[in-house]
Amino acid sequence: MRDVAIIGVGMTKWGELWEKPLRSIFVESALLAIQDAGVDKIDSMVVGCMSSGLFIGQEHLASLLSDYLGRNPVPSTRVESACSSGGLALRQGFIEVASGMSDVVLVGGVEKMTDVTGCEATYALGTAADQEYEGYHGLTFPALYAMMAVAHMHRYGTTRDQLSMVAVKNHDNGSKNPLAQFPSKVTVEMVNQSVMVADPLRILDCSPITDGAAAVVLCPADMVKKMKKPMVRITGSGQASDTISLSSRKDITWLESTHLAALKALAMAGRKIQDINLFEVHDCFTIAEIMVTEALGLAERGRGGKAVEEGLTLLQGKYPVNASGGLKAKGHPVGATGVAQAVEVVKQLRDEAGERQVKGAKRGLTQNMGGTGGSALVHIFEAD
Amino acid sequence: MPGIIGYGAYIPRNRIKVEEIAKVWGADAPSYKKGLLLEEKSVPSPDQDTITMSVEASKSALKRAGINPRDIGAVYIGSESHPYAVKPSGTVLAEALDATPDVHTADLEFACKAGTEGMFIALSLVQAGAIKYGLAVGADTSQGAPGDALEYSAAAGAAAFIFGKDRIVAEVLETYSYATDTPDFWRREYQYYPQHGGRFTGDPAYFKHVTGAARGLLAKARMKPSDFQYVIFHQPNGKFPLRVGEMLGFERKQIEPGWLVPKLGNTYSGSSPLGLTATLDIAKPDQLIMLVSYGSGAGSDGFVFRVTDRIDEVRDLAPRTRELLDRNKVYLEYGAYAKYRRKIRKAS
Amino acid sequence: MPTPSRYWREIPQRYRLEAEKCKGCGLILFPPRLVCPACGKREFEKTKLAESGALFTYTVIRVAPEGFEDQTPYAVGIAEMDDGVHLTAQVVDVDFARLKVGLRVKVEFRKMHEDGEAGVIHYGYKFVPE
Repeated sequence: MRDVAIIGVGMTKWGELWEKPLRSIFVESALLAIQDAGVDKIDSMVVGCMSSGLFIGQEHLASLLSDYLGRNPVPSTRVESACSSGGLALRQGFIEVASGMSDVVLVGGVEKMTDVTGCEATYALGTAADQEYEGYHGLTFPALYAMMAVAHMHRYGTTRDQLSMVAVKNHDNGSKNPLAQFPSKVTVEMVNQSVMVADPLRILDCSPITDGAAAVVLCPADMVKKMKKPMVRITGSGQASDTISLSSRKDITWLESTHLAALKALAMAGRKIQDINLFEVHDCFTIAEIMVTEALGLAERGRGGKAVEEGLTLLQGKYPVNASGGLKAKGHPVGATGVAQAVEVVKQLRDEAGERQVKGAKRGLTQNMGGTGGSALVHIFEAD
Repeated sequence: MPGIIGYGAYIPRNRIKVEEIAKVWGADAPSYKKGLLLEEKSVPSPDQDTITMSVEASKSALKRAGINPRDIGAVYIGSESHPYAVKPSGTVLAEALDATPDVHTADLEFACKAGTEGMFIALSLVQAGAIKYGLAVGADTSQGAPGDALEYSAAAGAAAFIFGKDRIVAEVLETYSYATDTPDFWRREYQYYPQHGGRFTGDPAYFKHVTGAARGLLAKARMKPSDFQYVIFHQPNGKFPLRVGEMLGFERKQIEPGWLVPKLGNTYSGSSPLGLTATLDIAKPDQLIMLVSYGSGAGSDGFVFRVTDRIDEVRDLAPRTRELLDRNKVYLEYGAYAKYRRKIRKAS
Repeated sequence: MPTPSRYWREIPQRYRLEAEKCKGCGLILFPPRLVCPACGKREFEKTKLAESGALFTYTVIRVAPEGFEDQTPYAVGIAEMDDGVHLTAQVVDVDFARLKVGLRVKVEFRKMHEDGEAGVIHYGYKFVPE
């Protein structure tokens, strides 16, 4: 396998982009990434998108986007694993370059979520769960994570305030991110008093509905050396699957797929979790970040809430989590998230993150998951 | 003769009081309560309908009957609020009980007597030897037009009876049916609420047919009112069954155990059937029970039952009717009631 | 909303809680599958789930997906049934204040949703307090 580098990143501001259709949103970020990479030719495209079908009635997305990017006849592939579609696209691109199948690969993620009503969007997101045995009963994603929270709070004593602290931290970080959908700060009181969505999760515990895209360009590391650009490599990639429904899960307070994917990525990179300087994780809900912190091994099992309370994961903490603002403040255009996490890590490793820079960051990790953890993708990035 | 081998009841937990309805329409609650001898009625939750209540009542009947559901040869639901205009309720019930596919199913209607006609048909098939066991359910979630007198009483409930030749709990000694074409209460297709003839629903309708059926039944069985421990009449309100009992020579104490309407309302096709389940809950071996239903349009089905020894073994294998009536109640305001009963016009 | 065929196919599970037990390791699968996820075997015998259990988690949904808007707020939970199987369903006929980990529940047949005013009515199981 060849060494794989990320040579270009691109992302535009996320939010409710009423004037822009999905195809423009994707193309804008892709063009920025290609420009940043300084390449002319791309050999292959991989697109992550959860459901252009349900949101805008569009399938055959990869073909549409290679066309609108002006890159026909480049081979173009769309991958889907619910909210980890972006991370999955990154992995597929990585595999193409590492295997020698392609040299320059554009990886992009995109989601256009505001062309449907709130109820329809909730339904579309709900298709990441078991349709016949969870969706049929009226379950939503906030409800599924709320049930994980109830169990986690019951077993480990995780508190309402600890959940809120995740949101406070991420909004604080997000306020320093010019591309974030919600760059405003919040307080624990604001979160605790925001309207209830599915007990105990309130609206400020939940990532928003967002339109947006992100893109990166991958190439063999040797190519970067020749171009004399800063070297950022993807040194580890791990993926794992777990049950689709919570009722089949052995322990609903533990994210096994994230844990296994991280072990695989770290093994490939030859690193321990303590070697990593920053983490972009999947905080679709505040409880999710707490559980990911445990699954990655940043905190002991059951002590994720305590860890947040103690400041372990603050920007200036021992393990900065979600310097970008996370899904919570940056936004969560589902298929784009996994790629945007990579964009953030690369910027951090290039020392280009401005006010939210993690000082001296040399190694970063992204964790992206689908549904309630049915799929998980973990990647490790290192700067020379 | 064959008889009932298992019986079951189901009553939803929601209630609304006469006062609450009267308040909204500017009516005088005390005079309604006095005139109807009615205090409150049951209201189905939005996730309950004739089919769901029939399933639960039938499961209780199966527990008391103690038979393999595959041996049920016929399934009938009698109702005036079948969820579909075209697609049987009975097939959903038969599937839920695992009685399919070797089963005869039909949906029945005849205003409030649809339940007892199912009982008559199931009994007759067993008697004829065409089936081993037959299930008949009377269930309704009927609507009363807002502000109309019937809104105070239109309630929801279900009662299920399994008939057979062995394992009998209440043997059927005699049956009799009485019917004429009398348009006292009706609902045309595509109309949301029924209409009725006001006071015409009394003497020429309810009283004529109930007394006609009761007298016909007594004559056929060669019995008199004092032979019976209990009698159950259709209960559109609290007054009618007491009055018709008096007219026929029954005493109040014979009527009271099955007289659920003051706290339940009129459960239409479930009305006299639930009175029967409540009576079976307390009846003793060898006691005689008379049942006379009434369905507008109009007609009455009459039955004479004799309770057997087996009643003591099965009574507590499933919830008793009065337990369902009295326990775990929740009172609704008119707004919630109107939302549950889909009386609020929504965006299409 | 499920199409008639998608709805109909799951009737044995939705109406009767029909499940299968793996002949290899004894795991009870609900719904039935072709491959046992525990031992990989492909032979099963028919069984039915227990109808009572206890909640090990729950929530109250206040923001509904399409088709459930009129039902909010409604409670849902996952119960460990008395045969060890985990089952997800709505929890009805219960004051929300009574919801807790460990609440004993039993299964009841209820209407799940309707495909609008003219479409098929979908039935299934919900939990009620025991």
